Amino acid sequence: MSKSTLVSTSVNGDVVDFACPADETLMNSLRDRVGLTGVKEGCGTGDCGACSVTLDGRLVCSCLVLSVEADGKEVGTVEGLADGDKLHPLQEKFIDHAALQCGICTPGFLVAADALLKKNSNPTEEEIRYALAGNLCRCTGYDKIVRAVQAAAKDIRKAK
Amino acid sequence: MAHSNKYVEKEFEVVGTRFRRPDGIDKVTGRARYGADASAPGALVGRVLRSPHPHAEILKIDVKKAEKLDGVKAIVTCDDLPDQTNGDAGLAAILENCMARGRALYDGHAVAAVAAVDEQTARKALSLIVVKYKKLPHVTDVDEAMDPKAVVIHKNVFTRGVEPKPTKSSNVAARTQMGHGDIEEGFAEADFIVEKSYKTEQTHQGYIEPHACLASVSPDGTGELWVTTQGHFVFRNVCASLLGMDVAKLKVTSSEIGGGFGGKTHVWAEPIALALSRKANRPVKLVMSREEVFRASGPTSSTSIDVKLGAKKNGEITAGQVELRYQGGAFPGTWAMLGCMTAFACYDIKNQQSVGYDVIVNRPKVAAYRAPSAPMAAFAVESTLELLADEIGMSGIDLRLKNVAREGAKAPYGPIYGPIGIEAALKAVKDHPHMKAKLKKNQGRGIACGFWFNIGGQTCTDINIGVDGTVNLTLGTVDVGGSRASMSMIAAEELGIPYEQVKANIADTGSLGHNDMTEGSRGTFSSGMATIFAAREAIGVLKQRAAAMWGIPFEDVAWEKGQAVAIGKTHNNLPPLSLQEIAAKSGRTGGPIAGHNEVVADGAGMGFAAHICDVEVDKETGRSSIARYTVVQDAGKAIHPDYVEGQFQGGATQGIGWALNEEYIYGDDGRLQNAGFLDYRIPVCSDLPFIDTKILEIPNPNHPYGVRGVGETSIVPPLAAVGNAIANATGVRMTHAPMSPPRVLKALDAAS
Repeated sequence: MSKSTLVSTSVNGDVVDFACPADETLMNSLRDRVGLTGVKEGCGTGDCGACSVTLDGRLVCSCLVLSVEADGKEVGTVEGLADGDKLHPLQEKFIDHAALQCGICTPGFLVAADALLKKNSNPTEEEIRYALAGNLCRCTGYDKIVRAVQAAAKDIRKAK
Repeated sequence: MAHSNKYVEKEFEVVGTRFRRPDGIDKVTGRARYGADASAPGALVGRVLRSPHPHAEILKIDVKKAEKLDGVKAIVTCDDLPDQTNGDAGLAAILENCMARGRALYDGHAVAAVAAVDEQTARKALSLIVVKYKKLPHVTDVDEAMDPKAVVIHKNVFTRGVEPKPTKSSNVAARTQMGHGDIEEGFAEADFIVEKSYKTEQTHQGYIEPHACLASVSPDGTGELWVTTQGHFVFRNVCASLLGMDVAKLKVTSSEIGGGFGGKTHVWAEPIALALSRKANRPVKLVMSREEVFRASGPTSSTSIDVKLGAKKNGEITAGQVELRYQGGAFPGTWAMLGCMTAFACYDIKNQQSVGYDVIVNRPKVAAYRAPSAPMAAFAVESTLELLADEIGMSGIDLRLKNVAREGAKAPYGPIYGPIGIEAALKAVKDHPHMKAKLKKNQGRGIACGFWFNIGGQTCTDINIGVDGTVNLTLGTVDVGGSRASMSMIAAEELGIPYEQVKANIADTGSLGHNDMTEGSRGTFSSGMATIFAAREAIGVLKQRAAAMWGIPFEDVAWEKGQAVAIGKTHNNLPPLSLQEIAAKSGRTGGPIAGHNEVVADGAGMGFAAHICDVEVDKETGRSSIARYTVVQDAGKAIHPDYVEGQFQGGATQGIGWALNEEYIYGDDGRLQNAGFLDYRIPVCSDLPFIDTKILEIPNPNHPYGVRGVGETSIVPPLAAVGNAIANATGVRMTHAPMSPPRVLKALDAAS
C-alpha cells in the first residue's frame, strides 16, 4: 500500500482536504476522493482536455497535475461554473445551440471556454478555435461548440 | 394491436422544431454519470495485462507472486472464462478476443487481469505476473496476409464463399461477390475505361470516453453491470452467455455514453470485469486506459481496393468492377461484404460486380465504425469517378447525375430502390452557392457521394401516464446523441401534449423488453416507430377511459390535441376531457394508463449524401487544410434538426480526420506505435471551418413520420471529397488515405 500525503485545497470555493499517495493525479483525486466526476478522463496524457480544471485561475489538464501540487491552491471545476440554480451563460448556450452530443467532452470545453472568456470576452472565431484546440470532441465537428461560445461571449458582454 | 408503419403526410406541431435536450443540464454541470462515474461500496479496481507481442504462444502464466501481494483480491486468466459457447463461432471469437486462450493474436491482446483494492496495487500486481511467450511470425498488412506464403493465423479457417471448399487454411476468412448484369459486355460497350488501386489505413472510432464498467456478481449467480455501451440488452445476452449466467439474472444498466460510433457495440473488458467480480465476490470497476482503447478495442479495417469503371462518350457508365480487401483484425469478420454492398450503391450501373475478401491479420478485432466499410469503398469509387469524368471531358457532378440511382434502380445487393435522395442531394450540391464560390491560390474543390443502408430491428418501448398527466417514456435504445429529446418530441406529437410534459428514461435490462443496439442509424427510426405505436396504444386506453367517464360508446370518442372529444351530434354538450383530467381519475376507471409496443422495425430508409469540400494545400509541407465544407443529406424527416445537423457535421469531421491524418502505424515488430491522441491525431477545433449542412426530407415510406436513419452516411463521402479536392488543388491524385503531409509531399515530389 502506498503512503498518503495530506493535501489542503479549495475546490470551487469550498475548503477540501484529502489524503492521497504522492503519485496520484489531481484528476484522480478530484474524481475518486472529492467526488467531482464532472472531471473526465479521456486520455490521461494531457491530449484531450476532458479533465480541464483551473488551478489558481490557470487552465490545466488535471491528469498532468499531481494532487500534492494543488496543496494550498484554488481548484475550479465544471461543478463550480453555475451560480446556484443559475447556469453560466456558457452552460445555457451549450444547451441552446446543441453544442453537445454525447457530452463527455463538455465539462472540459466549458472550463476551457470560461478561461478564454475571462481573459477575452470578445474573441474572434479563430481565437476561439485556437483556445479550444486542446479539447477534443469526436461528436460535433466543433461547429455548434464555437457558435455556443460566440453566443455566450455576446451575453457576457451585454451583462457587463 | 397491429400498427401501420406506412408514411402518412401530416402537419407537425412538435417534430421538426428545436427543443432543449432533457439531459442538457446534467451534462453541462458535470452531473451526468458516464461509465467510469459509478462507484459501489467495497469496489475493487480491475486492470488488464496485455500481450506486447503481435503473435505468440502463451506457454505459461505465473500469477503466484501477484496473488501474494497485499490488496490483490482476484486474478483471472482464460481458465476463469471456460468456453461455454457451444459451437457458436462468433461468440467463441468474442470470448477469445476478451482474453487470449493459449495464444496472443495481436499487440494488446488481454492475457490476464487483476482486481485489487486500489489502482496502485492493481498496477503492481500486473507487473508481478510472469507470462512466458514463444514468439510466432506475424502479419499486419492486408495484402501481405493474403499472400500464400504468409503465416496462417488460424489453422481452422478455410475461405468461406469459395466452391469447392478450399483444402488449405488461409487468412482469407471469406470471399463475397455481388452485382448484376455482365461486366465483360459492359466494358466492351465502353468508350473509356479507367482503372485504379487504392489503400486506406486503419482508423479508430476515437470516442473520448474509454470503455468503462462496474461489475458486481454474487455467488448465487445474479449480477449487475453498469457500463458505457451502445446496447445494454445485447451486452447482457453476450456477457451472460460467456459467463454461463442466466440472462434474466444479469441486470445491465447503460450509463451515459461518451461516444461510441460503433466501437461500443462490442464487449471488450466487460466479461473480464464480471469474472473478476465473481471470483472476488466484490464489485469491480474496470476502466480502460486510452492506450488500451487504441491497442485492444475498436478499430475499423485497413483496406486495399481496385476499381475499374467503363463509360460511353455521353457519360453513361456501362460497367463497374471493384475488388475490396478488408482486414478484420485477428478474427474472421464480414467487413468486405459491407464494402461490396455500398461501393456502387449511389449509381444505376447496369453491369456491375463487387468482390470482397475478409482477411485475418495480427491486429485488434475490427469493430463497426459508423457506416462500417463504406468510407473506404467510396474513397476508391468516388475518386475513380473523377478520373473517368476527366477522361470523358465532363464535370464530376454531371457524370454522377447522368448515372445516379433513382427509384426503381437495383441496389448492388439486390433490392429495388424505393424513393431515395441521392439525385436530390446531387442537384442541391450543383445549385449550392458553395459550388460557385471562388477558390483562392492553392485551393481545390472536390465532391463525393455516400450511401448507407441503415437498419431497423428489435425495439420495445413503454409509455406510462402519471396521475398528473405527465408522461414517462421508457426507452431501451441507448441515447448516444440526443435521442431522448427526439423521442420525447415524437411522444408529445402523438399524444398532442407539450414537449415538457414528457420525461424520457433509458431503462435497464430488468425494466423493459429487449432492444437491439443503437447502431446502423436505427435509433430514431426504430425507437421512434415504437414510441409512436406505444403512444397510439396509450391513446386507445385514454379514449376508453373518457368513454367510461362520459358513459358513451368508445367509437364516439376521438383524440384531438391532447384531449378526448366526444363526436357525433348526440354528445354535443360534452366538454373535452384533457389528458390530465383522465389521468387524475385513472384509479377509478381501470387503473394505470399505459401504452406498450414491441416491434421488429422493418423498412429502414436508405441514407444518401453528397458533400462539397474545399482544401488548401501547402505545397512546401504537404499539409492540407479544409477551407470550406458542405454536407447535403436526406434525413427522411428531421425530428430534431439540431441533432441531425450534428450528425452530419460530426460524421463529416470524422471522415476529414481519416482523410487527412488518422491512421494506425505498426512497426515491423507488429506493435502499434501511436496508441494515444498525441500521435493518433483526430481533428481539433482549429483544424476546421464551420461545417455547413443542408437537410433534405424525402420521406421513408416505411415510417409513420418518414424517418430515415441519419447517423452514419455522413462519414462516407469525406475521404473521396478531400482526395478530389486535393487533386484539383495540386493536379496530383492521392490513392492512399490518410492523405497526410508526408504522403502528399511525396506525391507532389514524384509528380514534379
